[in-house]
Amino acid sequence: MPRSAKRSVFERKNYFYPDLPKGYQTTQLAEPIVGPGFIDIETDDGATRRVRIHHAHLEEDAGKSLHEDFHGMSGIDLNRAGTPLVEIVSEPDMRSSKEAAAYARKIHAIVTTLGICDGNMAEGSMRCDCNVSVRPKGQEALGTRTELKNINSFRFIERAIDTEVARQIDLIEDGGRVIQETRLYDPDKNETRSMRSKEEANDYRYFPCPDLLPVVIDDTYIDAIRAELPELPDARRARFINEYGLSDYDAGVLSSDRAQADYFEQVTKLTQNAKLSANWITGELARLLNQADLSVKHSPVSAEQLAGLINRIQDDTITGKIAKTVFEIQWNEGGSADEIIEAKGLKQVNDTGAIETAIDQVIAQCTAQVEQYIAAEPDKRGKMLGFFMGQVMKLTQGKANPGQVQGVLKQKLDKLC
Amino acid sequence: MFNLTLSELSQALSRGDFSSLELTQALLDRIQRLDTTYNSFITLSEEQALEQAKAADALRAAGKATALTGLPIAHKDLFCTQGIRTSCGSKMLDNFVSPYNATLVERLNQAGMVTLGKTNMDEFAMGSSNESSYYGSVKNPWDTDRVPGGSSGGSAAAVAARLVPATTGSDTGGSIRQPAALCGITGLKPTYGRISRYGMIAYASSFDQAGPMTRSAEDAALLLQAMAGEDPLDSTCSTQAVPDYSATLNDSLAGLRIGLPKEYFAEGTDPQILQRVREAISEFEKLGASVKEISLPNTQLSIPAYYILAPAEASSNLSRFDGVRYGHRCASPKDLEDLYKRTRAEGFGPEVKRRIMVGTYALSEGFYDAYYRKAQQIRRVIQQDFVAALNEVDVIMAPVTPCSAFRLGEKNSDPVSMYMEDIFTLSLNLAGLPGISIPCGFADHLPVGLQIIGNYFAEGKLLNVAHQYQQVTAWHTQAPANLSEG
Repeated sequence: MPRSAKRSVFERKNYFYPDLPKGYQTTQLAEPIVGPGFIDIETDDGATRRVRIHHAHLEEDAGKSLHEDFHGMSGIDLNRAGTPLVEIVSEPDMRSSKEAAAYARKIHAIVTTLGICDGNMAEGSMRCDCNVSVRPKGQEALGTRTELKNINSFRFIERAIDTEVARQIDLIEDGGRVIQETRLYDPDKNETRSMRSKEEANDYRYFPCPDLLPVVIDDTYIDAIRAELPELPDARRARFINEYGLSDYDAGVLSSDRAQADYFEQVTKLTQNAKLSANWITGELARLLNQADLSVKHSPVSAEQLAGLINRIQDDTITGKIAKTVFEIQWNEGGSADEIIEAKGLKQVNDTGAIETAIDQVIAQCTAQVEQYIAAEPDKRGKMLGFFMGQVMKLTQGKANPGQVQGVLKQKLDKLC
Repeated sequence: MFNLTLSELSQALSRGDFSSLELTQALLDRIQRLDTTYNSFITLSEEQALEQAKAADALRAAGKATALTGLPIAHKDLFCTQGIRTSCGSKMLDNFVSPYNATLVERLNQAGMVTLGKTNMDEFAMGSSNESSYYGSVKNPWDTDRVPGGSSGGSAAAVAARLVPATTGSDTGGSIRQPAALCGITGLKPTYGRISRYGMIAYASSFDQAGPMTRSAEDAALLLQAMAGEDPLDSTCSTQAVPDYSATLNDSLAGLRIGLPKEYFAEGTDPQILQRVREAISEFEKLGASVKEISLPNTQLSIPAYYILAPAEASSNLSRFDGVRYGHRCASPKDLEDLYKRTRAEGFGPEVKRRIMVGTYALSEGFYDAYYRKAQQIRRVIQQDFVAALNEVDVIMAPVTPCSAFRLGEKNSDPVSMYMEDIFTLSLNLAGLPGISIPCGFADHLPVGLQIIGNYFAEGKLLNVAHQYQQVTAWHTQAPANLSEG
């Protein structure tokens, strides 16, 4: 991880623009708050790539110029002007749009885990400037770069870079040359276009801000902060693999968001079944949260509620299929799994007699299918069992214990052969 | 009534000689009658003043009055005052009414003081004669053909003309002490950071310091007490505890070690001024002080260093006046660049433009090291000179100005000779040290100031030394002749 500087200095970057109320931006240049370091990301082929961090500095945000909706005039939204932000500057160490998005996700996981940013990219809480260049295979030197400003989602990072890479390659192959410039990515048209036609050499006249004293951080303060640090995503991911036996994938997904990781651990503590808990959280819960555009923090189903539901699956009170129904009721109406199972009569049928009756009924009704089963090669019969299973479950409204049904069904059908 | 100091007025109010409302009304009438001559006020805030006075009288009737309750004051027009125009002496802010109070204004309001209005000043506090004000020159009450000094010229003239017993000023490069000297009043520039700068329109942030301008050191102590102290809204404001300044006013000066920097007594200063300063020093010897020659060898570098650093900061601080959100805006701009250029060309006067240009140049790429960085190094050297000197002596004494009040227009065409006015004062701003200017006699019927310089946060000592001098002399009680008593 990058190191904190014991002393950092605020400077003024002077330029005129209507969204900059003071005529200068308070920022850091020569002595930023965070010095060099690196962050490791996982690439698609499972390898680790190290992305070096040049530095991170604190600065104030500017306002927002609104060029539409004002009939030939510009509006200025100053609400975010003067609010602090940290800009993290990497070295040119990423080799694809996927790596860039993975890097952004890793930063996102760290800053949200630390609680220094809510990570809401749609609202601009985290934005990304992507510098993009291309070069022929084997060439050492990087090509001329362009900068894509203010990209606000991981998906757009990938698409913007891919689009810009294609543009640069086309340009060069047509005998053109990439100009160093700032470009804007338009997600609607999926294209990048030049933002500032005249990249005039602005002299920002940086100098130390005389209104703000240098920030000096002592070791005691750093130690106190360190002691309060939560477990960071990488460490948590490793622990999820070791402690809970999760797959790389599940561990990665669950640890990328602190609230989700906390939720998972709470559920697992109550169910003592990490794998099943992980499946439910990355499966059903994630699906409904996505649909409702909610974060896990605002999940209508609490960790306790989900754990209660998983425990009823574990002790065979309900089937996995019924569990999904219970979960949707919990999501929409609230309540504990026990209450819902009781009220709706969803208990799994484990009674062998009842199951046998249902199976006999199905075999009696589906004479054609039974004949096909008998006629089939023995090694094909396994697949055909699914049909009968479905019929039995339908008959029992999904409540029959599927393991039991399968065993008895096979036994009875095979007897007929 | 008009000749009384704050302390005397406070006693008169307690005795019931007159009410705050009567006092306020009398002063407002006097200002309206006399200030057509002096032009020391830009804005009078009659309504608010009468309301504050009534509230103060009510407090007093309820037995809740404190030292400053019901006492009148006027603020230099660069302190933001809620509901009262704050122009900074500039066309740029001619229409600007601040939505909030400067911390200093807020504190004096809380102390129950009555704000009579806002005093004239050099535009954006840039000047030493008050001639750069958009609202016209202020006239020195001792001789209305002469300047009152600047940039707090209106604040100094108003106190000298007995229009108000005390005012606030600001001192970036001598702007409290020089007009105090030229107008024959007491002016204190505290240590940098002693008083919050929040709501004080910035000229050069690392130099700017507010302070009281009064008729006595005793009054300055009263005001500083209310103005000084920590402010979370200004990160450069000191957290150091504020001592009881009045409690040490009467400490004995026996054994006080006074340093006289030989560079401040060299040729180039009016011999009459040097004579008055020497006479003042002999008074201190009578009070038991000892005198020693010291050296501040880099004094000559203070003007060039100051005129790099202060304009550099100003060029950035004044960027906010762009016609976009408040203040002057040019008529029907063609585009954004036209808006910026014409707004600023029309809104700023020549001295402000000069300093913005100088400062912009000094910070430009390729010149930064030669000018800004070099000047910062000189600043450190000058500060070290003072620190070394103040290891050997308790206070340093010197003239405030090389000459007494000069004629209106005399130095207007020669910026450098105007800048030389501040040779004895602005090195303190480079070092961040406190200094006080007190009247010590006359040169051809014009007031002469004595400057007393102390160590960081030694305002208590400076006020003690000045007060003891004012106990054995009467220069500070002298009023200009021909002031109508009304």
